[in-house]
Amino acid sequence: MVINAEDIGYYDLNKEIVGSDDAEIKVENVLGQRYIGCGTSAKTITVEGVPGNALGAYLDGSTIIVHGNAQDAIGDTMNDGEIIVHGNCGDTTGYAMRSGKIFVKGNAGYRVGIHMKEYKELYPKIIIGGKVGDFLGEYQAGGIIVVLGIGYEGSVPVGSFCGTGMHGGYIFIRSDQPPSGLPVQVCCETATDEDKKIIKKYVEEFCDCFGYSAKDLLSSRFYMLTPNTASPYRQLYTEN
Amino acid sequence: MAINYYQPLYEVMRDKDRCIKCRACERQCANEVHSYDEECDVMISDSRQCVDCQRCVSICPTNALKIANNPNTFRQNSNWSQQIMTEVYKQAETGGVLLSAMGNPKEYPVYWDKILLNASQVTNPPIDPLREPMETKVFLGKKPKNVRFNKDGTINTDLPPTLELSTPIMFSAMSYGSISKNAHESLARAATELGIYYNTGEGGLHKDFYKYGPNTIVQVASGRFGVFRDYLEAGAAVEIKMGQGAKPGIGGHLPGAKILEDISKTRMIPMGTDAISPAPHHDIYSIEDLRQLVFSLKEATCYKKPVIVKIAAVHNVAAIASGIARSGADIIAIDGYRGGTGAAPTRIRDNVGIPIELALASVDQRLRDEGIRNEVSIVVAGSVRSSADVVKAIALGADAVYIGTAALLALGCHLCRSCQTGRCNWGIATQRPDLVKRLNPDIGYKRLVNLIHAWDHEIKEMMGGMGINSVEALRGNRLMLRGVGLTEKELEVLGIQHAGQ
Ligand code: SF4
Ligand code: SF4
Repeated sequence: MVINAEDIGYYDLNKEIVGSDDAEIKVENVLGQRYIGCGTSAKTITVEGVPGNALGAYLDGSTIIVHGNAQDAIGDTMNDGEIIVHGNCGDTTGYAMRSGKIFVKGNAGYRVGIHMKEYKELYPKIIIGGKVGDFLGEYQAGGIIVVLGIGYEGSVPVGSFCGTGMHGGYIFIRSDQPPSGLPVQVCCETATDEDKKIIKKYVEEFCDCFGYSAKDLLSSRFYMLTPNTASPYRQLYTEN
Repeated sequence: MAINYYQPLYEVMRDKDRCIKCRACERQCANEVHSYDEECDVMISDSRQCVDCQRCVSICPTNALKIANNPNTFRQNSNWSQQIMTEVYKQAETGGVLLSAMGNPKEYPVYWDKILLNASQVTNPPIDPLREPMETKVFLGKKPKNVRFNKDGTINTDLPPTLELSTPIMFSAMSYGSISKNAHESLARAATELGIYYNTGEGGLHKDFYKYGPNTIVQVASGRFGVFRDYLEAGAAVEIKMGQGAKPGIGGHLPGAKILEDISKTRMIPMGTDAISPAPHHDIYSIEDLRQLVFSLKEATCYKKPVIVKIAAVHNVAAIASGIARSGADIIAIDGYRGGTGAAPTRIRDNVGIPIELALASVDQRLRDEGIRNEVSIVVAGSVRSSADVVKAIALGADAVYIGTAALLALGCHLCRSCQTGRCNWGIATQRPDLVKRLNPDIGYKRLVNLIHAWDHEIKEMMGGMGINSVEALRGNRLMLRGVGLTEKELEVLGIQHAGQ
């Protein structure tokens, strides 16, 4: 099914998408409509244009492919599924996402992967091809975030305050230098070949989507960030 | 020997003549106050550990126990009270942030107690609720401003989603984790039987409780624990928690040690990991951002469920509420500074926020002035202690109230304010199986039902006295209220006249 989103507001557009029995839906001429694919499962939604905020919020198994840039809060509290963006995306990408994948070919904004968490077989993955803004992986509690920095070789492709509040999961950053100013609650080490195995499969999938060579990318230096179990976040309390 | 800079607050007093050494108190006290000295064949107590929860007192078969304030006093000082001195000693000892629970116990004014209700005499007859119909049912949500017609002339009955309450009282948000499963079950079953709602708090929904979904409000907080499609669909309404009266501006941090198996399941995080709910939602820095979350939840629930936004009562609450009313939310819940909590830094609990009575009056007035009062319902919380408080709240402009502490009292809580220790002897604020089983949900839910039935009767009686036969007619009816002992300014904020006027 093909939907022409021109001059349709998000309410009517999403009603049409959710109401459709088709598994494959293509939405053309998208211009800022919010909440596309919100809460859906078992659909493949292809978006031509620029979707608005909260694309794929609470996503529960659908695949959303965006041919264009996406905006803020894609995959907010996403439970399963895939969001693939052939462009850039905005802030809070994958807020509190619990499983599934978000692949962004270009850059992403602030607070990517904030509150991301894992649970049993649910395991969230975010891969950003370019660079990201400040507060990457803020409060991260689980899952994997990979920043590949393609096109930004020679610089660190993450902003300030990376890993603030991180207490679970992994962040991998393809870079020749580690990010600066990491909190003491986060460990940063050069990823070994063994470490890279954690992300190999997902980086390969990412490269299949966007036509990069996984072998080349994975042969570069990565830094791996994990929570520092020796120095957890602890507020000292006194019973009163 | 170490010096004890401060002394126990309470003294456990045991009448030796009455004590039959049955050791029930010893088994009942999770704080290990009581023990049996075999050598001397006598029960002894370590008052230092006592939190005055009254469990042992309630259980003792011979009434041998009493918990009294420790008569030992520091030298009298109106400025440096014993409490304040003790807190300084504690912090000097540990370097820790003081942690407390339950609501603000300080002597701030309780405005409910300075407001009196009207009754009809001569010119306007009272109504006898036993014999005449009296309506306490309320609907929460957006109310259309005017009647709309379809093209064929029939009335358009397409209304925004609402919550229907048999009486204007709901159980406020308390997460599974902060309270026990048996406490949750009691609340859920009572809400179902009563035709009202209970609230999951931010801890997700236990799979055993999905069946109470039609009477459940599911909460979405900054950490989004346990939030997924089934959860959102299970509830009758979705509440976005922006703040909490007991600790405005403060988030939550449930340490990994408390994330046991069952709690890990409902929060959907692995066992043993910290559950951090930061103070802000980091995707909400403006009313526009809030609107985005409100509508993403509406989209995810197909516009079938009202969305509640809960905030703490703070200084500029009226302006904030006005923004929320414009964000698309259906209901605003405002939590006053005396609201309870499972754990809050003492200084925050006791010093941040404003009284719910003042917050409510100013929010209701602001929304009326702006002509948007119909856009939202107002639910107030933060120490609604009796049916009289409910009636006053409604007359000040609330559509309904949330009760938390009063509901826990019905379940046996004695307000020892030690919930943060996780050793609640009443089986409420604990996850220890031996303590949890002390609260029998079959009994607990009935006690809650009794409480709300009693309040409902009293509400009807008070309304009847005023000659009012429905909550709808009481709402915002401030002429039914008079203040006593209040200043001009307080009366102005409350929008009521002084008694005698
Ligand atoms: S803590 Fe409670 S049960 Fe223990 S001695 Fe004090 S009042 Fe009794
Ligand atoms: S819930 Fe339990 S621990 Fe908390 S105040 Fe009540 S009796 Fe004390």
